[in-house]
Amino acid sequence: MGEIVLKQITKSFGDISVIPPLDLTIANGEFVVFVGPSGCGKSTLLRLIAGLEDVSSGTIRIDGKDATALPPAQRGLAMVFQSYALYPHMTVRNNIAFPLKMARLDKAAVDRKVEAAAAVLNLTGYLDRRPGQLSGGQRQRVAIGRAIVREPTAFLFDEPLSNLDAALRVNMRLEISELHASLGTTMIYVTHDQVEAMTMADKIVVLNAGRIEQVGSPIELYSRPRNRFVAGFIGSPRMNFIEGEAARGDGADTIGIRPEHLVLSTDGGRWSGTVSVSEHLGSDTFVYVQVDGIGTLVARAGGEFPVRHGDRVWLTPQAEKLHRFDAAGNALSSLASGKKVA
Amino acid sequence: MATAHSRAAARLTMSPAVLLLLCWMLIPLVMTLYFSFLRYNLLMPGTEEWIGVLNYQYFLTDPAFFAALANTLALVGGVLVLTIAGGIGLALLLDQPFWGQGIVRLLVIAPFFVMPTVSALVWKNMLMNPVNGLFAAIAKGLGLQPFDFLAEAPLSSIILIVTWQWLPFATLILLTALQSLDRERLEAAEMDGAGALDRFIHIILPHLARAMTVVTLIQTIFLLSVFAEILVTTNGGPGTATTNITYLVYAQSLLQFDVGGGSAGGIVAVVLANIVAVFLMRMIGRNLDI
Amino acid sequence: MARAATNRRKLGLTLLAWSIGIVIFFPILWTALTSFKTEAEAVASPPSFLAFHWTLENYTEVQQRSDYFLHFMNSVIVSLGSTLAGLLVAVPAAWSMAFVPGRRTRDVLMWMLSTKMLPPVGVLIPIYLLFRDTGLLDTRVGLVIVLTLINLPIIVWMLFTYFREIPGEILEAARMDGAGLKAEILYVLLPMAVPGIASTLLLNVILAWNEAFWTLNLSASQAAPLTAFIASYSSPEGLFYAKLSAASTMAVAPILVLGWFSQKQLVRGLTFGAVK
Repeated sequence: MGEIVLKQITKSFGDISVIPPLDLTIANGEFVVFVGPSGCGKSTLLRLIAGLEDVSSGTIRIDGKDATALPPAQRGLAMVFQSYALYPHMTVRNNIAFPLKMARLDKAAVDRKVEAAAAVLNLTGYLDRRPGQLSGGQRQRVAIGRAIVREPTAFLFDEPLSNLDAALRVNMRLEISELHASLGTTMIYVTHDQVEAMTMADKIVVLNAGRIEQVGSPIELYSRPRNRFVAGFIGSPRMNFIEGEAARGDGADTIGIRPEHLVLSTDGGRWSGTVSVSEHLGSDTFVYVQVDGIGTLVARAGGEFPVRHGDRVWLTPQAEKLHRFDAAGNALSSLASGKKVA
Repeated sequence: MATAHSRAAARLTMSPAVLLLLCWMLIPLVMTLYFSFLRYNLLMPGTEEWIGVLNYQYFLTDPAFFAALANTLALVGGVLVLTIAGGIGLALLLDQPFWGQGIVRLLVIAPFFVMPTVSALVWKNMLMNPVNGLFAAIAKGLGLQPFDFLAEAPLSSIILIVTWQWLPFATLILLTALQSLDRERLEAAEMDGAGALDRFIHIILPHLARAMTVVTLIQTIFLLSVFAEILVTTNGGPGTATTNITYLVYAQSLLQFDVGGGSAGGIVAVVLANIVAVFLMRMIGRNLDI
Repeated sequence: MARAATNRRKLGLTLLAWSIGIVIFFPILWTALTSFKTEAEAVASPPSFLAFHWTLENYTEVQQRSDYFLHFMNSVIVSLGSTLAGLLVAVPAAWSMAFVPGRRTRDVLMWMLSTKMLPPVGVLIPIYLLFRDTGLLDTRVGLVIVLTLINLPIIVWMLFTYFREIPGEILEAARMDGAGLKAEILYVLLPMAVPGIASTLLLNVILAWNEAFWTLNLSASQAAPLTAFIASYSSPEGLFYAKLSAASTMAVAPILVLGWFSQKQLVRGLTFGAVK
């Protein structure tokens, strides 16, 4: 079915290497998210899988067949683009029907499939409109509709939610997750937003400068980041990193502690400092503390924590949640488990 | 950003246009070059022979060539100065708020769409004719002696006609450029105490520099080849007073049937045009971001 | 107070702009007016501006005496034919330049432009002789071929600048959806580029309609478009002002209207995208 295997693939544009040799296996039915900062090569990787770019070397197997040299149309993949890439001169119906027409399906079958997809995506009332007359969320659904009618081996999503406003983004995130649950088809999803990655993925691939930094489930990446890059990229607000004397005390060059794993106190603790900014959200309180001899640390307290600018507070890291990194940024064995992180 | 498939398709789709233009440019140009080294007269077929650079020698030492070169420069230079100066003035005017802006704009650009033969004939007969022309009628109405434009000041008259044709082009492009000027920059300058003249010299003119260069280069390309206006009004005369290089080559080859000499003139014209073209291409190439 | 001053200024500008506009437009207006006069009135001194005996007889006479309609059709066929032929060749080329740019795309574009700068006299003689020997002199086909080639660079350039404004993702989507090259261009690119293609077509029809070097040199009577036909009025026997005006008005009017509609595209097309 929808298994995709990348073996030793590389991509360079001229002399510039964008993707060094890379191996990755995506299992059938998995929801895989490629995440990383912009320019990390995640979109390029997706385009290589789609066939919109040629790999410079290596092989791509889709569904057990070598697809390295196949043109995009013959790979059996469907793609949802960042800009949706709807055909502006066609109605919603014709947009969704386009891949079917290209596959020379007879008209009755085309109509049936388009109607079915429209029903799933709540687009039935909009079939005769043009993309220009739709809202952002509706356009997004048309793009998805155009992808699902083809019944592809796998879906490719290229930052599909980045053009939507925040509220809509949450909705569409849920819709795509539900779609994955109901179709059970392999999905590869590219985003720079680690929240999307954490909430949607079965498996996250963290990319940096074309290299895979770590592959794992969201919780694995959160709790056992393999290096400083992953530790800093996953989680919001991002992990606090402490270098120097304080870190050497824990036997590392750098230690990392997430804001939610710093215990705040007004009485005493391991580090003391003054509050520079406190953000009171009701459900949480984020406190930016200027710690003596260390710098600014962010701590999260559940619920309301009544401090203000200039207050003296104490921070204590939860020992078992402390991450330790060597000089190269690789994770050292966790203090709590004593096991070496692979 | 593409695959081997799409690059192959690109080569395929590009080739007809490239091949056609290659044939169009290269084959005749090589033939012209070849002819320019021959004694080749259409009235004396069969007498073609290789004479080396003799045609060039004749063409380049012919007093008519110097006259034509001077006329060409006067025509190009005169029209450029008049259209750019007039174009800036008109663009500034059309950019101001007044009633009927759209209609005046249409009136001003209209001459550009008049075919060269028509504008030449209309100016020659209906406006400049010393007996029946409108200018003569006006002069007589004012009690003045009618002026025979094309006999007394033939080159200036042609410059006037061609300026009338190209003024709309310069105006339109300068106006387009002017309208892309950020109004806030002018307002900021006004706040800083810059008067109207200061604003024109320090903000508007520099902003128009690029458009002025484009107008200059493109018009030069077309103005070097002015032909119909001369053919219809003066036939290059009186004498060689209005013969430009293009007309000289035409006369030499298709009126005197001297293909060899005409070809040598053609090559000279190509070389002259190339000097301008190099600048124009650099200018456009710099603005082309692929 | 300020309001009144603004209005006074606006009134002054209005008067000035209209005066200049009318002066510039006057030769065209005068031609159109003269075309409705009798020959005697056309050369009357002092000339009458509007108070003359309006007549349409010049128009009918131009047709009867010189088969105006033939030359009009020649102009239509040559300008439209050369533009359509140019589009046929240019659309695929512009597609590849806009959507599959390679290292040499820029050079090819610049080279195409350079062919436009070749002075026509540089190639006049060989083309004339080739046409004479192949029987293309004074034929519509011959003129279509030449005008296609001289305007091809402009067509490619204009299409290229319009195509570049179409997001490449949409064409990639079509490719993912299983569209081949032909389907991609025909069903996706062209419908999206309709405004740009229309502008290109319009500007090139105008340029071809008014082209007066090759049409004068390569046509005589049968294939002569209006440019060459009108030129025949410069010979002394054709000096009838009213008829000349009627023929000129008919030659200019249709293209003037098209030109007014395409003034924005004109800038872009003639400056090869350097001024937009």
